[in-house]
Amino acid sequence: MSAVIENHHDDHHHGPAKGLTRWLYTTNHKDIGTLYLWFSFAMFLIGGAMAMVIRAELFQPGMQIVEPEFYNQMITLHGLIMIFGGVMPAFVGLANWLVPMMIGAPDMALPRMNNLSFWILPFAFFILLSSLFMEGGAPNFGWTFYAPLSTTYAPPSVTFFIFSVHIMGASSIMGAINVVVTIMNMRAPGVGLMKMPLFVWSWLITAYLLIAVMPVLAGAVTMMLMDIHFGTSFFNAAGGGDPVLFQHIFWFFGHPEVYIMILPAFGIVSHIIETFSRKQLFGYSSMVWAMLSIAILSFVVWAHHMFTVGLPLAAELFFMWATMLIAVPTGVKVFNWIATMFRGSITFETPMLFACAFVVLFTMGGFSGLMLAITPADFQYHDTYFVVAHFHYVLVPGAIFSIMAAVYYWIPKWCGNMYDERLGKLHFWLSFIGVNVTFFPQHFIGLAGMPRRYPDYALQFADWNMVSTVGAFLFGVSQILFLFIVVKTVMGGKKATGQVWEGARGLEWTVASPAPYHTFTTPPKID
Amino acid sequence: MLLKYLTKFHHITIAAVLLVASPIKADWFALNMTRGITDISNEVFELHMLIFWICVAIGVVVFAVMFYSMYAHTKKKNPVAATFHESTKVEIAWTIIPFLILIAMAIPASKTLVKIYDDEAGDINIQVTGYQWKWQYNYLEDDISFFANLSTDLDEIYNLVPKGENYLQEVDEMVLIPVGKKVRFLITANDVIHSWWMPDFAIKQDAIPGFVNTAWTQVDVPGIYRGKCTELCGKNHGFMPIVVKAVEQDEYDQWVSDKKDVAMKLAELTTKDWSTQELVERGEDVYALNCVSCHLPNGEGIQGIFPALAGSDIALNNKERHIEILMEGVQGAAMNSFSYLSEVELAAVITYTRQSWGNAENGDGEIVIPKDIVDYKQPKI
Amino acid sequence: MNPEAKKTFRKLVIAVPLMFAFGFALVPLYDVFCEVTGINGKVFQSDYEDDLLTEDGRPLAIQFISTNNENMPWVFEPSEEVMKITTGEYYTATFYVKNTTNKKMVAQAVPSVAPSNAAAHLKKLECFCFEQQELMPGEEALLPVKLLVSNELPENIKNIIMSYTIFDITDYNDEPMASHEMNMEH
Repeated sequence: MSAVIENHHDDHHHGPAKGLTRWLYTTNHKDIGTLYLWFSFAMFLIGGAMAMVIRAELFQPGMQIVEPEFYNQMITLHGLIMIFGGVMPAFVGLANWLVPMMIGAPDMALPRMNNLSFWILPFAFFILLSSLFMEGGAPNFGWTFYAPLSTTYAPPSVTFFIFSVHIMGASSIMGAINVVVTIMNMRAPGVGLMKMPLFVWSWLITAYLLIAVMPVLAGAVTMMLMDIHFGTSFFNAAGGGDPVLFQHIFWFFGHPEVYIMILPAFGIVSHIIETFSRKQLFGYSSMVWAMLSIAILSFVVWAHHMFTVGLPLAAELFFMWATMLIAVPTGVKVFNWIATMFRGSITFETPMLFACAFVVLFTMGGFSGLMLAITPADFQYHDTYFVVAHFHYVLVPGAIFSIMAAVYYWIPKWCGNMYDERLGKLHFWLSFIGVNVTFFPQHFIGLAGMPRRYPDYALQFADWNMVSTVGAFLFGVSQILFLFIVVKTVMGGKKATGQVWEGARGLEWTVASPAPYHTFTTPPKID
Repeated sequence: MLLKYLTKFHHITIAAVLLVASPIKADWFALNMTRGITDISNEVFELHMLIFWICVAIGVVVFAVMFYSMYAHTKKKNPVAATFHESTKVEIAWTIIPFLILIAMAIPASKTLVKIYDDEAGDINIQVTGYQWKWQYNYLEDDISFFANLSTDLDEIYNLVPKGENYLQEVDEMVLIPVGKKVRFLITANDVIHSWWMPDFAIKQDAIPGFVNTAWTQVDVPGIYRGKCTELCGKNHGFMPIVVKAVEQDEYDQWVSDKKDVAMKLAELTTKDWSTQELVERGEDVYALNCVSCHLPNGEGIQGIFPALAGSDIALNNKERHIEILMEGVQGAAMNSFSYLSEVELAAVITYTRQSWGNAENGDGEIVIPKDIVDYKQPKI
Repeated sequence: MNPEAKKTFRKLVIAVPLMFAFGFALVPLYDVFCEVTGINGKVFQSDYEDDLLTEDGRPLAIQFISTNNENMPWVFEPSEEVMKITTGEYYTATFYVKNTTNKKMVAQAVPSVAPSNAAAHLKKLECFCFEQQELMPGEEALLPVKLLVSNELPENIKNIIMSYTIFDITDYNDEPMASHEMNMEH
C-alpha cells in the first residue's frame, strides 16, 4: 500500500461516525456487539411480556384472560423469540464485543458481513411479530412446529414464519462463519489455540455447530414450505411421507441448538469464576476437551426428544445411553469450576453472584435432564411440565444468568463506568428468588401429571401454578430494574479503570475503559 | 392482637387468604409422580425415585463442597489464593466415577424398557384414534366403537359456575377394560399428532396419522384412571382427556353387551319418524359436542378462519350442499368430513343449524331427516 | 482478509449448502435406513421367494385395522378382522372399500405394522397400498394384500397388527392414475 493510502486510513481511526446512520452503516465489532445486545434485550422483554400473558392465564384454573387459540400463539412466539431473538443474539453480541479483543485482533474477519448479519434480524422479527395481526393469527403450533399441525393445519401466517426463520438462520450462519474465520486466522502471534481464553474456545465450537445445523433447520422449513405450497409430501403420509421424519430432521438441528445456547455460557462462567476467585481456572485443557465432547455428542442424541413416537427398542436404548453419556463432560466442567473456587480468594460482586447461581441452578437443570434421559421414566415426563421445568432451569438461570453476568462483568469495559453494585445485587437476588419460585414448582406439577402447552388445568395443579405465576411476575418486574441499571450505567457512574477487576486476566483488560473504538490495530506483544 | 396485625398488614393477609382458599381439590401435596396401578408403572416409579435420589446425593456432595468454599474461601478469610490449577489424576477420577454411576443407572433402566417393549398379543385389543379434539375407541374383538368427549361444561371453564371435582378430567364415555387381562392399545390419529397418556399405567404413545403405535397394560385393581393428551394438537389440546375404568369381568361383559344393543337401537332410530322439534333437540347436543369449538354457540364462527353458520347462504338456501359438506368435508380447509357420525346425528345437526339463529325465518327452513342421509350414501350411477 | 483467512472462509461457505443438502438427503436416507433395518414398521414390495416357503411354520394371528384419515367418507373395512395363518405360507387378505359420495375420488392407503420388528419378516407380494385407488361415485371394491410372514419371525411375536389408513388424495394430482375395476370375485 502507498503512503498516501496509509494516511487516509489513519483519518478513520479518530472514532465513530456521527449521527444515527453510524449505527446503520457501522462495520465496527464493538458497535455491532452493542446493536446485538440492545436488540436481544428488547426481544427478551417482548418474549417476557408473552410469558406474563401465559402465566397470568395459568394463575388460576379456568380461562380468564385469553382464548385457547391465542394462548397457543403466545407459547409459540414466546419460545421462538426467547431462543432466536433473546439468547442467540445476546451471545453473538458478546462474541462481537469480546472475541476480537480477547485474541488481540483489530476487528472481526468480515466486518461488512457482520453488519448485514445484524441488520436482517430486526427485519426477521418484525415479520414474525406482525403475524399476530394477520388473519388466522400468529403461528400456534409450538416453537418445535411439528407437522402436520404446522403444515396442513397451520394458519396462513406459517409462510411468514418460515420466511422469518430463514432470515434468522442466515444471520446466525453468517455470524458463525465470521467467528470461525476470525478465531482461526486473526489471533495475535502468541495466542495459540490452547492458550485462547475459554470464551473464545466456547464460541469457536458453537460457531462450528451453527454452521453444521442451521442449514438443516433451513432444510426442514423449506420442506414445510414445499408441502404447504408446492404439493410435495415430505411429512404427509398420504403422499408417502412421514410426520416422524419431520421430527428427526428438526431435532437433528434442535439438539445441537440447545448446546449452541449453553456453550458460550460455559465460557463466560469460566472467565468470571476465575476472576473473582483470584485463582487460575482449574483444568484448562479438560475444560476445552469437555466442550468438544459435548459438541460432538450433541449430534447423536436427538431422538431423546422422540422417545414416545414409536421408535424401535434398539434406537431407544442407543439414544438413552448416548444422552446419559453427555452428563460426564458436563460434570467435569462443574467440578472444575468448583475446584477453581476452592481455596481461592473469593469476593461476591454481582457477576460472581450470577456465575455461582449458574453453577448450582444449571446443575439442577442437568439433573432433571438426566432423569429425562431414562427412557421408561421419560414416558411419564415427556410433554409435561417436568420438561418445561428442566429446560427453563438450563436456559434461564443457565443461559440468561450467564448473559446478565457477562453484562455486569464487561459493561465497565464497554462504557467506562461501573454499574451500581447495590442495585446489581438487588437485581440478582430478585431474579434468583423469582426464577426459583417460578420454575421449581413446575417440577411438581409436571410429575403430578400436568401436560405442557395446556391453557387450563385440573384442580390438583392449582396451588403450584399460582405460586409459579407469582414468581414469574417477580422475575419479570426485576428485569425492568435490570434495564434501569444498564441505562444508568451507560449514562454515567464511577469511572472504571482498564483492569476493572482485581483478578481479571485477558487482553481485553489491558486496554482502557471504555475500550477505544479501534483496539489492537497493531497486534499486542504476548509473553 | 391478631386482628390488629391482620388489619395492619391487610395486603399480606389478603394474599395469604387467596393462596390458601384455593379451589377444592387444589393440592400442595401433589409433588411427585404417581406409583400407578400396574406392575410396570410401579417399576417405572421405582426407577424414577432411584435416579432422583442418586441425583440428590450427588447434588448434596457437590454443592456442599461449593458452599463450603463460598463460606471459607472468601477474600477476607483466605486473602492469599492457592495456585493449583490442574491435576490429571483428579480429572480422571471425576470422569470415571460419574461414568460408573451412569452404568449403574442404565442397567435397571434398560431392563424396564425391554419389559415395556415386550409386546405379545393382548386378550383385548383396543384401537385408540386421536381426533381434534376427542378420542375414538374401537374394540376389535367385540366390534364396538364410540367417541369420548370432554364432559366438563363450558360454563365451568369460563368461570360462570363453580368447577366440579373432576374438572377437565371427565368424559362422556369411559373406556372399560376387564381386570386381570392383558389389554393392548393400538394408537393412531385422524388428523394431527396427538398422544395418549395414562399415568397410572405408565403408558404414553404418540398418535400419528397414518401409523399405529402399540402399548399394553394389565390392570389388577378395579378403579377409575384418568389420562390426558400430551402432544400439542391445536386449540383444544388441553380439553380432550381420557378416562379408563377397570372392572370385574362380568361387569365388563355386561357393558359390552349393552354397547352392542345401543348400536342396534341406533340402526332402528334411523328409520323412525322424526319431528322437527325432536331433530332440533338432538341436533343441539350433537352441535355442542362437534361443532361449537369452531362455529361457536351462536353460529357466528370466527372471521377469517371458521365460517359463520348463522345467516350463511348454505344453511339458508342450499340443503343439498349442506349435506354434502358434512359428508365430505371441505378440501383444503379445516372442515373435515363428519360422515362417521350416525345418520340420526347428521340429520339432527344439519336440521338444528338450519333452524337456529334466525335461519329458519330467513331461509327456506328445510330440514333433513335421517333417511336423507341414508339416501345420500346410496350409489348414484 | 489474508489468503489463509480466505481459504477458511471458502471452506465454511461451501459447508453451508452441503449441510442444507444433507438435510434433504435425510429424506431418502430415512427410507433406506428403514428398509435396510426393517424397523419403523414400513414394508416395501417384495418379490416371490421360494426359500421363504416352509412346511414347518408356526401359527400366528394377523389383526387388520382400518382408519379413515380426516373422516374421509369411504367405507373401509377388512373382510376379516383377524386372520389365523402359519408362517412360511402365502395368504391373501382383502379390504372392502366403497365411495359413498356422489363424486369420483382417489385414495391412498398407508400401511403400518406393529410390532415394528415384525415388519422385516412380513413380505408383501401385492398390496393395494402400493398404488392409488380411484373409485367412481358409489363404486365398491375388494382390495387385496398378498402376504407371507417368514418363519424367521421372533418366537415371542404371536400377533401382528397390520393397520391401513386411507387418505383422500383426490385433489393432490390431476394426472389419471390406475383406477380400480369392480373386483368382487377374489
